[in-house]
Amino acid sequence: MKYQLESKEVMSMTENALLSATNVKTSFRIGDDYYAAVDGVTLTVNNNEVVAIVGESGSGKSALAFSILGLHDRFKTNLEGEIYLNGTDLTSVSTGKLNQIRGKDIGMIFQDPLTALNPLKTIGDQIVETLNLHTKLTAKEKYERSIHLLKEVGIPRAENVHQQFPHELSGGMRQRVVIAIAIACDPALLIADEPTTALDATIQSQILDLLNELKEEKDAGIILITHDLGVVAEMADRVAVMYAGQIVELADVFSLFRNPLHPYTRSLLSSVPSVKDEKEMLHVIEGVVPSLPKMPRQGCRFKDRIPWMEDNVHEEHPELREVENGHYVRCTCYKHFYFPEEEEELAHVDTNY
Amino acid sequence: MWKFIIRRIIIMFPQLVLLSVIVFILAQMMPGDALTGMALDPDMDPAQLEAMREDLGLNDPWYIQYFSWLGGVLQGDFGQSVAHALPVSDLIWVRLVNTFWLSLMSLFFVYILALPLGLISGRWNDTIADRIITGYTYIGFAAPLFIFALIMLFVFGFQLGWFPTGGSVEANTGGGLAYFWSKVYHLILPSLSLALIGTVTTVQYLRSEVIETKQKEFILTARAKGVPEQKVYTGHVFRNSLLPIAAVFGYEIAALISGSVFVERIFSYPGMGQLFLESIQIRDFSVVTALVLLFGVAAIIGALLSDIILSIVDPRIRIK
Repeated sequence: MKYQLESKEVMSMTENALLSATNVKTSFRIGDDYYAAVDGVTLTVNNNEVVAIVGESGSGKSALAFSILGLHDRFKTNLEGEIYLNGTDLTSVSTGKLNQIRGKDIGMIFQDPLTALNPLKTIGDQIVETLNLHTKLTAKEKYERSIHLLKEVGIPRAENVHQQFPHELSGGMRQRVVIAIAIACDPALLIADEPTTALDATIQSQILDLLNELKEEKDAGIILITHDLGVVAEMADRVAVMYAGQIVELADVFSLFRNPLHPYTRSLLSSVPSVKDEKEMLHVIEGVVPSLPKMPRQGCRFKDRIPWMEDNVHEEHPELREVENGHYVRCTCYKHFYFPEEEEELAHVDTNY
Repeated sequence: MWKFIIRRIIIMFPQLVLLSVIVFILAQMMPGDALTGMALDPDMDPAQLEAMREDLGLNDPWYIQYFSWLGGVLQGDFGQSVAHALPVSDLIWVRLVNTFWLSLMSLFFVYILALPLGLISGRWNDTIADRIITGYTYIGFAAPLFIFALIMLFVFGFQLGWFPTGGSVEANTGGGLAYFWSKVYHLILPSLSLALIGTVTTVQYLRSEVIETKQKEFILTARAKGVPEQKVYTGHVFRNSLLPIAAVFGYEIAALISGSVFVERIFSYPGMGQLFLESIQIRDFSVVTALVLLFGVAAIIGALLSDIILSIVDPRIRIK
């Protein structure tokens, strides 16, 4: 009885979800072969929700975000699976339709504000360009709207900045402009690809506050891609941990930080420096994310980076399973996982984020 | 903007002064002077020559000579050509006009070829169209202009007879439109030869610039905004790719008067390049000096134009 109710809940969640991606597989061509950088990701994002995607570089976070927007080079990429946004499958619509969705229903914030703006166009022109494409406002209304947007993202002297060029603004200001462009048409979904990586700490928190406000005010869903766990703790409602193109753990932010299960999640969390406890050394995850052609396609993909674990703790075909309500983990190895230096994790358990 | 241009023009003046000093010193260092030729005449009395030298100011200190020379130059007086018995300025003027039209026409062909070829091959890089275009640029790089121009002359001038094989205008053409068309007709073959070879650098420049620009992150921003593919190129990629081309465009405009020694020679086209070469051969130093000065001024003005053009197209260049 209880089980049925739960599955119904899950069903209704998926149906009402703003974005629901099912079995997304994005493969890049290297030489003559295709290698999956995103390998069977299933993820939903609801309105007024921040879903954080965390993982090391090369784990497929950005590749997933780019797949949602269809930004990959079509000739070198193979995209499988379904990505529904408000009932439209983004993987099968025409380019023309996709262009109508981009910028209007989905806004994208890029990592590096220093390169994300066209150096030869004024800030105003770059915001108005989006309005040109997706609205039927008059020139005057567009101007007013772009000024309003600049003010909304907290840019002082908006009328001046409107006529300035990107190089005349600081990095934080430029990131605000990038956000202003992304939210110009009140998109239902915002994808922020490491929006604060290139900024210093004070500007970081300002930008995050701004994103939070937007979420509340516009009822937007936000996909926040980051490798900064501090940002995750501050912003996210749910967290998807990605490793080697797959989601290895998916949970709401409290469960994930209180009760991280997957070895990869636990390793990530224990490699974060903490103010509370003094440590001689931070935990370092052995090795690196394997490059695309060398990525293991069978068994637990994280196996090689926890070599002290016995082989039989891993599943042969690891799947993402719900182990608690809304808490999904891939592979059975989490049940047996321990750190080689036991005290390292113990020291970390009572760290509150 | 205007401040930048005015500042840039002010910087130009010391450059011009330095150039004129260098050219003058080089001219002084050349053996002999305006009267050396006359000394070969056995009837000439050395004492009288010396008096003439004194009279002409040739024995004055160099700076006095420099200022009197500069005074002449500023009024357009470059002295007398010994070989042609003409004022140097008259001699140069005729050639200058010829060379100007030749260079203008070849510049026109260069860009009319380079813009579409470079943009196509950059946008669709590694397609068949791109391979054909880059193949052409390699041939253009490898082919020496003097051989290529000769082949053009041979094929289209002599074998097919479509174009005249030399000169700048048909003799005995009346004035007006007929004269103009005859001029254009004579220009086509030499300017096309120049352009077909000269354009390959610009094509390759543009191609690599487009390829680089289309991978920039602001292009992703544009795509994420929903800008259609065609507009991504016309609105974002192309203008950014034209920056380095704009940077050399000023020099190209200034180079309009410099002429091309090879092509003018091969098509016996009376232009500046030919004049320069001939004057060196017959030691007509007053002409050589004037030409060197002129080419130098052209280079300085070219740099000025380039900076101004660049400041118009690239807001980052404008100095406050």
